[in-house]
Amino acid sequence: MRAVSSQVFILIPGRTTAQGTSVGDKASPEYRRVTRLLRMNPDDMARLGLTDGAQVRLRNAQGEIVVPCVSAKDELPPGVLFIAYGPESSKLMGGETHGTGMPDSKGIEVELTVVGGSPGRE
Amino acid sequence: MEGEVRVIEHATCTFCGCVCDDIDLTVEGNRITKAKNACVLGKAWFFEYPTEESRPEAMIGGVPATTAEGIEEAARILTRARYPVVYGLSDTTVEAQRVAVEIADLIGGCLDTTTSVCHGPSGIAFQGVGEATCSLGEIKNRADMVIFWGGNPAESHPRHFTKYSVMPKGMFVPNGRKDRYVVLVDVRKTLSARAADLFIQVKPSKDFELLWALRALVKGVEVDERIEAETGVSLATLKELVERMKRAKFGVFLFGMGLSMTRGKHYNAAAILTLARDLNQHTRFVAKPMRGHGNVTGADNVVAWATGYPFGVNFGRGYPRFNPGEFTTVDLLARGEADAALIVSADPVANFPQPAIEHLKRIPTIVLDPQASETAKVARVAFTTAIYGINVPGTVYRMDDVPIRLRPALPSRYPSDEEVLKGIAKRVRELRREALSA
Repeated sequence: MRAVSSQVFILIPGRTTAQGTSVGDKASPEYRRVTRLLRMNPDDMARLGLTDGAQVRLRNAQGEIVVPCVSAKDELPPGVLFIAYGPESSKLMGGETHGTGMPDSKGIEVELTVVGGSPGRE
Repeated sequence: MEGEVRVIEHATCTFCGCVCDDIDLTVEGNRITKAKNACVLGKAWFFEYPTEESRPEAMIGGVPATTAEGIEEAARILTRARYPVVYGLSDTTVEAQRVAVEIADLIGGCLDTTTSVCHGPSGIAFQGVGEATCSLGEIKNRADMVIFWGGNPAESHPRHFTKYSVMPKGMFVPNGRKDRYVVLVDVRKTLSARAADLFIQVKPSKDFELLWALRALVKGVEVDERIEAETGVSLATLKELVERMKRAKFGVFLFGMGLSMTRGKHYNAAAILTLARDLNQHTRFVAKPMRGHGNVTGADNVVAWATGYPFGVNFGRGYPRFNPGEFTTVDLLARGEADAALIVSADPVANFPQPAIEHLKRIPTIVLDPQASETAKVARVAFTTAIYGINVPGTVYRMDDVPIRLRPALPSRYPSDEEVLKGIAKRVRELRREALSA
């Protein structure tokens, strides 16, 4: 399957049970693992030639991160990504709060590029 | 202590805003070994708290110091600063929060809490349109329709379903789950969808449009079928939902940060609050935010009772002024304005936007935290403090503004946040007096 060079997705950072149980020790490998795991719609993954564990780069005006992705099964509609709150998600948040004090912390527009590690990719 | 087994009944978990106060803790020696009734998050809170007592009481510039030395340096930084900010406060006691307010007032600085990056926009909305509200006890005993919107309590507030909103039998809902109709509205089909009778999948950032369409339908205004292309939800689904809401005897919206953190923010929160208000023309309906940290609701209460405003307050003119976007911490840091920070039980270096983190690393920062948090690691002065609820007694507020007492299980060699803050406040007062008399 031919990989698309980059595509725009909507990223939703949020809480998960695994993030909540590991947040007490942010230096732990478990916290790092769960806050780096990107969930994707399985059809999007198939379209991009991605399988579980493949690395993708998310980039926007604020910064970029490279994280592994896994299928979200039926949790996410096409075009939407999920990642647990943590150091990685905050790299994509800007400082603008539009007069509210709250930065845009959910519904963040990001450009996704396939990095590697996925069998079948171009 | 070695080998001794004690049980602390009705201990309070301060991990999330549910603040469950029915936990029975078994303590063996200096460890909590059982936490009866605690959820998965509560167990992690009670079992994995830092027990290491080898950390210094304080660190100044990375060098171990005593608490008294830390207080001296903290007071020096805060009295010299021209535009300091006091931030955090959601994971400490009410007693410590009120001292933090006093310090912000003394130094003429800004006072902000983690509410500003949580349900701050909901707080702005309360001021704009009001809040038809109730306690969690009323939800348990009365609610026959429960609508979760933009939140995932199954993972963020695991006992909410069983204690208050979905499963429990109540005075007017004697059959518990069977007497309730449960709806989840979200972009994601989260684990919480399993608890719902109806899952409505809204397009990203279209909550406001969906809520406004529901408002129109409640008021009998015609809505175009194109609402489905806009929001992802059919007009028929919305009409059916509105009829069900009107038929309910006691309905409740429980909304999460899917509304307050997404584009629209306070408009989204105002839309759901107004929808609840509108529904009171037909039946009884309320709306409540699902609050996150253990005592973030206490922070709102303390700051509001002391200053008149819940967060984002400035004392620069000698009286409190409220202006989110100006006096809120992300803005103060991202714009490079704050020249010192006192951070109590929060970890902004781990979760703030990058421009704010970069500025925080440039200014002198004082941190109170039981752990060597990411923010403590970059602090000029880092105090190790005892853990509220586990080591420290005091008061916290549940997410429905009900105050609850803490029943600590273990002693700690470290001081409480309240003790350190009182020391800083006292020394700040002395330094200001000295400066005035010089």
